[in-house]
This record gives sequence, structure tokens and C-alpha cells, in this order.
Amino acid sequence: MSATTASAGVIVDRAAMRRQRIFGIFYLLLAAVVAFILAAGIAPDATSTFVLKSVGSKTGLDIPNLVVPSVLTLYLIAAACAFLGAIQLIRGFGTRWAVVLMVVVMLFVFGFLTWAGTDKSMSLIGILQVTVVKALPITFGALSGILCERSGVVNIAIEGMLLAGAFTGAVVGSATGNIIVGALAAGFVGAALAGLLAVLTIRYRMDQIVAGTVINIFSAGITSFLYSRILQVHQELNQPARFPQIPVPVLSEIPILGPMFFSGNIFLYVLFILIGLIHYGLFYTRWGLRVRAVGEHPRAADTVGINVNLTRYRNVLLGGIVAGIGGAYFTLGSTGSFIHDMTAGRGFIGLAAMIFGGWTPIGAFLASLVFGFADAVQTRLSILNIPLPSELLEMTPYLVTIVVVAGLVGRVRAPAADGRPYEKE
Amino acid sequence: MTDERHSQPAPDADGAEAEHPDVEPAATSVPPASKLSGAAGTLLLPVLAILSALVIGAVVIVLSDLTFLAGFGADPIGALGAALGNVGTAYGALITGALGSPDTYFAAFRSGDAAQIVAAFNPISETLLEATPLIFTGLAVALGFRSGLFNIGAEGQLYVGAAAATFVGFAVTGLPWFVHLPLAVMTGFIGGALWGFIPGLLKARTGAHEVIVTIMLNYTAYLLIGFLLNLPGYQREGRSDPISKVTESTSYYPALVDGLRLNWGIVLALLAAVVVSWILFRTTKGFEFRAVGFNPTAARYAGMSIAGSTILAMMISGGLAGLAGTSVVLGVTHSLTFGLSPGYGFDGIALALMARSRPRGVILAALLFGALRAGSTPMQSQTGIPIDLVVVIQALVIMFVAAPALVRGIFRIRVPEATGAEVFSKGWGA
Repeated sequence: MSATTASAGVIVDRAAMRRQRIFGIFYLLLAAVVAFILAAGIAPDATSTFVLKSVGSKTGLDIPNLVVPSVLTLYLIAAACAFLGAIQLIRGFGTRWAVVLMVVVMLFVFGFLTWAGTDKSMSLIGILQVTVVKALPITFGALSGILCERSGVVNIAIEGMLLAGAFTGAVVGSATGNIIVGALAAGFVGAALAGLLAVLTIRYRMDQIVAGTVINIFSAGITSFLYSRILQVHQELNQPARFPQIPVPVLSEIPILGPMFFSGNIFLYVLFILIGLIHYGLFYTRWGLRVRAVGEHPRAADTVGINVNLTRYRNVLLGGIVAGIGGAYFTLGSTGSFIHDMTAGRGFIGLAAMIFGGWTPIGAFLASLVFGFADAVQTRLSILNIPLPSELLEMTPYLVTIVVVAGLVGRVRAPAADGRPYEKE
Repeated sequence: MTDERHSQPAPDADGAEAEHPDVEPAATSVPPASKLSGAAGTLLLPVLAILSALVIGAVVIVLSDLTFLAGFGADPIGALGAALGNVGTAYGALITGALGSPDTYFAAFRSGDAAQIVAAFNPISETLLEATPLIFTGLAVALGFRSGLFNIGAEGQLYVGAAAATFVGFAVTGLPWFVHLPLAVMTGFIGGALWGFIPGLLKARTGAHEVIVTIMLNYTAYLLIGFLLNLPGYQREGRSDPISKVTESTSYYPALVDGLRLNWGIVLALLAAVVVSWILFRTTKGFEFRAVGFNPTAARYAGMSIAGSTILAMMISGGLAGLAGTSVVLGVTHSLTFGLSPGYGFDGIALALMARSRPRGVILAALLFGALRAGSTPMQSQTGIPIDLVVVIQALVIMFVAAPALVRGIFRIRVPEATGAEVFSKGWGA
């Protein structure tokens, strides 16, 4: 960790040089893939159609489909990638390398979709809608992480909180017949697990990652146990109603953005409110200033009279509530009933989104959209029956997470006291 | 029950433990009777942790008992009695499932029939069989801990190792067993090591936290296995479900006793513990691992390569997890499926923490968890209490072991300080 920072001067230069070369070659490779593999088997006059109008849309706003000639588009994309790759190799893009990387990756993804959608119509709006749907629980997880880590507690237990929230939401929602009660109960259970995390790490100063792992394993174990012992016998306890879609009047009719952001269910709007609240709270209120002080320099915060551990308890609990409610989305907002290990690593991807987003709520949401997009493209391509094994496509979100974590850690800065227990002197 | 398993005198003299004195000098506020020393002191914490975990497990069983909850209003005492009876039956089934029942042993020895005596030892054989992969994964996580790495990816490394070993097991034919078996085992080790190399390299070069990377690689490994198991040439002919071809019998771990499933895999596991102990405490590389794990800054000033140590430690750790995979495919199932590991990789975390990352402790802890795993199957079939209870108990054991202050608070006794030296959550940055 501190190894690279100390001798940064030397290493960064060499690393930047190497990165410049690797990325240049990588872009050229992508260009070659597009030009020689993807474009190869397509008839010259084939077209790819991208549907932009949402199926549910009923207004007069008619958005035409985007129809592109497949081969020409692919060659243009290949040329653009090759051009950027050549410049990257020869003189680099300096500090703008990340922007260029994003452009190239987006070009490639678009090329890939063009290839997959040859002679078919590919619902681009569908992909974008699914992007938001898939990003939703990830963002909840990331927000939970932000609340905890801004105060200096690493919360790796988000996965467990999501899972417990999903379970509780389904069971309480079914038992009471009231899904709002279910979602609130999920938040409560999330808070209970967070309370355990807080007590273990703050009071007993247990290693934060170990404590988080304990909660993850416990949560996976107890939900599977109760699922096998109770829900398989009493299936009526695992059939909650689902929150309905609530299109926002007017806003939901905006082309493309409307179906993406304003036609979801209540979880989406709660998420928007949370993002706003946490952003405002962290950066514009006294509470936020204190939280950030505790996360950056607890001793200084203590000196000016802020109760460090109380702040941490409060934030971890808040984070637990957010993660628990986010978990309820899996059952009450999405599939309807609980199944074993249904969160499938989304809590950890949320952590990556938090890092990618630089520990800010808006950044985390945008980062979650990237992960959601990877997931959505993967889902859409598996439906399209393209000649790639579905398992390899399903790896995409996980691989994207690894690349993001590997590529960005060190360039974004975590709260300085993140992960360190505080002891009064 | 668990006490007997653990109160066997276990001389505890791993060389490196000098930094964790078992007895603390300043025990002023505690009555002298509770001062413990030596092996008993070291074992006290795990034993109390297991006891507490079993008690909470019992509470979970009772509270999830719907007949108990329904009957509680009318007849609280009767309902509670019945529920506790269930707990007793369940734990009883767990113990006889893991150790065998006295009656069976008695009857077998009285009959004098060799086959029957061997059969009576089947539960113990099953326990040791379950303990075999656990020793490997426990060692894998422990070696990581010692080197300052939290390898949550043992599960994925296990699967990749198993997939590699399975491939050599069925694709290579015509070799004598003493070539084929070592070849398959080596391939398993290399497969796991490669899967461990990725997070090691990323951590060393980019600072990517190994916890996130290894978890993502777990999911990637599952998908990779799913892909392999549907691949013609790997999938068994004539099957549509995901299952691999059957490995050649020359690649099997030979049975230790005829008639039992227990095999030489356990011997390899014990050997691995010796080797890991030797690497960690008797070699220069091992010293580097521990130095980097203990204090990376000091290690760097002493001229050690943190990057090299991280990558190598992660690879050995992954390789050990890969060996766990071989112990299942080459020792028990003889083919690759999804259900290969019920979570051995995650159990490894509990084991390593319980053993405080000492190879000898890992063996003891693996025997215990092996018994839990082996006993849980008969428990489920006899009492309907799901196997997942074991996972709950494990999480609780980790919690109590990793927070000795908790045990101290509950039992009002003095237990040795936990590891302390290992802090993994140093944040995410490089």
C-alpha cells in the first residue's frame, strides 16, 4: 500500500509509460477484432436496427429507430479505435487517458451490439432500461458503503445486508400482506446486522474486514437455513406482492431518459431521494462535515469535541438501513420471491461502485450505471442467441468490477482513516 | 461433546508464536483461578467460541421451529420442552453422524466380523474425509493471513484446481497410478495457483484490494466451471446436465482402509501442513511473507520485495486451495460437478482464524469442522434441520474467535488476546 506512494516519483512515470503502450496496443487489438472478426461474416448490405422507443410509451412523441449499415459502421468504429490507438502509442493522451479509454470501450461495445444486432432489431431502449434496473441494488449498496466509510468504517458486509434484506422483505411482506411493512422490516434487519458490525468493530475493535465477512457468512447461512426449514414448507410466506411501476407524469414521456429514470417502481424514486439527501448531507451540512472529519482525521475531530465512536455507530446504522431496504428490492421490487444467494455478489460490486465513484453518492450512482450496463448488455445478448456461451457473457459484470478496482484504486482517494479503529488516548 | 475433542493435550510449540505469549502477565482484575497457561489456555478460546456458537445455533433451531412458535401461546413450557428435545436430537444426530454411536462399535466388536468393524468406523472416516479439503483451504487462508492477505477466493481457486485436475484425470490415459496421480495433483495445484496469481498480481501492481478481486474471481470461477461442464469433450457423453467425464481410476487417491471412503488425500493434507509450517517458519521466503504481513513498511526498508512476496504468497495460497479441489475430485467424486464444494473455501476462513493461522491449529480446527460437516448430513436426514445450520455455527465461531473480548465478556474469564497483529482493513487505496 504505502509502498507505491512513497517512491511515487519514479514509479508513476514508468507506470504511465507502460500504461500508454499497453493501452495503445489494446486499442489496436480492439480495432482488429472489430474489423477482422466482427465485420468478417456479415453481408455487405446488412443493417442493424436499434429500437429507441419504449414499448410502454403511449404519447405522440415518436422516436424513430436507429438503423445503421452494419459493415460500414463496424469499419468506421475499427478506424476510430485504430486512430486513437495509434495516437496513444505515439504520444499518449496525458491526463486525459481515462476519457479516451472510456470512448474506445464505448465504441467497441456499440460495435459489438451492431454485430450482434445484424439483420435483427436490437432494443437499445430495453438495454438502457435494464441498465437502471440492474444498477439500482448496486447503488443502494454503494450508498450504504459511502455512509459507513465516510465515517471510517469499512463495510464489507453490504452483501450480507442486501441478502438479509431480500429475505426479510419477502417473508414480512408475505406474512403481513403489506409490502411497505416488508420493506421497512428489511431496513430494520439491515440496521440490526449493521449494529452487530458496529459493536464488533467499534466496541470490540475486531478487524473490520473479518467482522464484515462474519456477517456475510452468517447472513448467507441463516437465510439458506430459514429458507430450507420454513419457506420450502410454507411457500405462502415467500409470495409477496410486488411494488407496481409508477411512471412519473410528464417526465416519463421524455425520450430515452423517461423510460430509463422515470418509469420505475418506488425503489427508484427512494434511491433518487437518498442520493440527493446523502449528497446534500455529506457536503453541505454540519452533520456531513463532522462525519467526514471523523473519517479523515478522528483524532482532530475528537479534539474539537466530536464524539468519534458515536458518529461511527450512527453512520453504520444508517448504512445498514439503506442496504436492508436496497436488499428488499431483490424480492419486493424485482423477482417477487426469495431464492438462495440471490444477491450474487451485488453488494461487493456496490463496493467497487463506491470506489469508482470516489466515495460520492452521485459518482457512485454513475459508476453503478456502468456496472448495470455491463449486466444489461449481457442479459440482452443471452436472449439474442449469439454465438457466444452465456457463461462467458455472465462473467462481464464481475470482470468489469475487477478491471475497475484494479484500474482506479490509487487514483481515487479513500477517507484517510477508513478501516482504522479509533482509540482515545 | 466438543470439549472432549479439544481437550486432548496438544503441545503448542510453533516457533513463531513467541510474539503471542499465551499467558499475559498483568492479570490483576481477574480471579487467579481463571488464569490458564500453556495448551489449555490456547484451546480455551476456541472451545468457548464453539460452545457459544452451538448454544446460539440451538436458539436458532428453537426459534425457527414453527410448531414451537404455534404452541408457545397455549403451553409455553411444553412447547419449549419439545423444541429443546428437537435440539437434543439434532445435536445427537450430528455427533453420532460424525463420530459413530457406541452401540454400533460395541456390536461390531462383539461380532468380531472385520467388515462390520470397518463399517462401524464409517462416521469417523467421513469426518476425516470432510476434514481433508478443509485442511487445505484452512492452510491456504492461513498462509494468506500470515502474509497480510485476506484470501476469500479459496472457493474459486478450489474449483479451478479441481477442474484442472479432473481434466488430467480423464484426458490422460495409460499412465501407471504413481505417475498419473501426482500429475493430476500437480495440475490441480497449478490451476489454483494461477487463479491466486491474478489477485496477487493485481494487488502488487495496482493495489486492487484482494478481497474484492478474489470474490469477483469466485463468481467468475463458477461461471467458468459452468462453461467447461457444457463443453463437448469435457462434459460426460450422453448427459445434458453439467457433469464432467469420469476420471481414470489411476488418478484416484488410493483408499487408506478397504471399505471406507477415507483415502491418502488426508495424508497429503497433513504433509501440506508440515510443508506450510516449514515454509513459513524455516525458510527465508516464509520469513519475508511474515515480515510483509506483519509490517510492510519495515519489510520494504529491510529490502524485501512486497510485490514479489504478495504474488508468491497468493499463488501458494491458491495452489493449496487447488489441492483441496483435487482431494474432492480425485478422492471422492471422481468427476467435476457444481456441488463439489459445499463452501470449503469459506470454511477455510473460519479455520484459519480459529487456528490463529497456525498450521497445527488448522488441522485441529479442520477435524472439528469436518465433524460438523460430516454430522450435518445425517442430522438433516434424521431431523429435517437443514445443513446450512453448520454455516451459521461457523460464522458465530469466527465472530467469537476474532473478538476474544466478546468471549471474555460473556464468560468473565481471561482468554488469550487474539491475533492482533493482523489488520486487513487498511482501506482500499494503494
